[in-house]
Amino acid sequence: MIIGTPPKDIVGRSVRARLAAVVAGYGALAVGACIGAPLIGSTHISLARAFDRSIPFANNVDAQIFFVARMPRVLTGAVAGAALAAAGVVMQALLRNPLATPFTLGVSAGAALGAILVITFGSVVAVGAISPVPLASLIGALAASAIVYTLATRPGRTISTTVLLLAGVTLNAFFSAVILFVQYLADFTQTYRTVRWLMGDLDVGSFGPILASLVLLIPAFAVFAVLPRSLNLLSVGTDIAATRGVDVGRTQRLAFLSASLATAAAVSLAGPIGFVGIIVPHLVRLMVGVDHRLVLPASALFGVAFLVGCDVVSRTIMAPVEVPVGVVTAMIGGPFFLWLLVRRS
Amino acid sequence: MAAGTQKLTTTVRVIALLCAIAATVMTAAAPPVFAQRGKDAVAARVVSLVPNVTEMLFAVGAGSQVAAVSSYDDFPPAVKALPRVGALLDPDMERILSLRPDLVIVYGSQTELETQLGRVGIRAYPYRHGGIESTLQTIRDVARLTGHAAEGEQTVSRLRAQLEAVRTRVRGRSRPRTMLVIGRDPGTLRGVYASAGVGFLHELLELAGGTDVFGDIQREAVQPSNETILARAPDVIIEAAAGERPSDDVFRRERGVWNVLASIPAVRNNRVYLLYGSYLVAAGPRLGEAAEAFARTLHPEAFK
Repeated sequence: MIIGTPPKDIVGRSVRARLAAVVAGYGALAVGACIGAPLIGSTHISLARAFDRSIPFANNVDAQIFFVARMPRVLTGAVAGAALAAAGVVMQALLRNPLATPFTLGVSAGAALGAILVITFGSVVAVGAISPVPLASLIGALAASAIVYTLATRPGRTISTTVLLLAGVTLNAFFSAVILFVQYLADFTQTYRTVRWLMGDLDVGSFGPILASLVLLIPAFAVFAVLPRSLNLLSVGTDIAATRGVDVGRTQRLAFLSASLATAAAVSLAGPIGFVGIIVPHLVRLMVGVDHRLVLPASALFGVAFLVGCDVVSRTIMAPVEVPVGVVTAMIGGPFFLWLLVRRS
Repeated sequence: MAAGTQKLTTTVRVIALLCAIAATVMTAAAPPVFAQRGKDAVAARVVSLVPNVTEMLFAVGAGSQVAAVSSYDDFPPAVKALPRVGALLDPDMERILSLRPDLVIVYGSQTELETQLGRVGIRAYPYRHGGIESTLQTIRDVARLTGHAAEGEQTVSRLRAQLEAVRTRVRGRSRPRTMLVIGRDPGTLRGVYASAGVGFLHELLELAGGTDVFGDIQREAVQPSNETILARAPDVIIEAAAGERPSDDVFRRERGVWNVLASIPAVRNNRVYLLYGSYLVAAGPRLGEAAEAFARTLHPEAFK
């Protein structure tokens, strides 16, 4: 494992070179997925017609399918995949546990509670131009993160990962209980909508929600960009990290806040899609090693390809019926998770 | 040794005595068996957990025999004054028993509730969701059970006549490919839930002179993605919602969300209709009105 050293050093230079290679490689994969995915679908479309400018857009079915139905989906998958994968890496480093996911600390339970409250009790009217469910799930996710943060941090001191984990798990359990109760009160249509939301859905239909989530993701990714070196040290242990000059408390706070923000944005955009945040970091580590300076960007890019790929499967495997993308990631992720557990024991 | 055996015998005797007492208490505390009624007896007090069957009961003249309804009943207006006993997930057994009904209308899937009611001798009628014929048969069944067989037949005949009238009016006209949307997330095109090739909504649509664009899918409903809707390209879109018509602003906005899918003939030719009313989606005595509403939407020129 390479410990942080001045970049001009020969050791630093090789990390730079490796980083360039990793970004180029995974970047190509991500871009390839994003270009290829809109070409595949349950309906056959003619690309020539789709890009034919002479046909007015409103009459061009192929163009509409490509640009209105498929492109937003692919972009949503890319954004959510990158966010969840990167958040997964950061969570695993923060909690020093390879089984940690972006949802371990209660963010998705908070989002689910927000969504179900609005679905069950909210009016059928949208607030202004924003559909209420994504907004409510965002508020729920941020509230859950705030609660865990308050419970686990003491001003100026380092966060105890045990307390963090316990707070997150307890909050998960509590929110899940409240969700069950609210579901019991709901009528059939509301229950169905809730269950459908919980399965994850990339079919956002327009670019607005994607742009809204980018507003949250850009700051989160900005923080992700400065974390890797500190995360390398943090993974070994808080004491060792402190002796090497890492401000452990600040790193932990930044890691927690950025990972929660990214997860909240992804979940409010596309619903709680599970297993992306655990499969992608592990697969990437198998390929590039454990240096977070490589793992974090590689995971974000591989997350793009992974979720976009799962979405292609969900759209085509049982066409014209669509399998929710969360089901596809779970079907791949469940066995993978078990294999991980077996391998470690 | 002898003292030990004596202790054991005493213990066994005490336990046996306690068991006997417990058995007696439990038998005495068995739930009271309501007056057993013969199979052909008329139900004087009815509790209905199924809103469309409540409508049927009132339509055949058995409204005064309805003692309580479900949490979701809202038609006819008389049900507002009736006590509520829960619904599909949370039927309140105690409250049902306290009302001393002769007949309880339950959902077909509430088998446990049926068993419980059977244990105390209360007749349960399991309602099963189906097509138009199945709905008419249910009207006949509940009419017979409540002693209004004649009114039941009259209601069924009247409904059949209404449906036949609609079918005749639109006969011979071209049948537009229609998507019947029964649910959608408000303000967006996410979570579109459309009626498919099975069930009373599909039959009503076909009867009203439309071709169901998802008619080939052998299920009651589907959740089409935007791509599927674009590919199927319906000529007409009808959204049927159970609530009340919202304000003009909201109505315009909800109608406007479809404009994103501009290549669909329904959007291009401005044939997207939003209809409101519980009669549109309840399989009950107002089927005729629902059929007429769909027919008027699909073939307005036939009703001039």
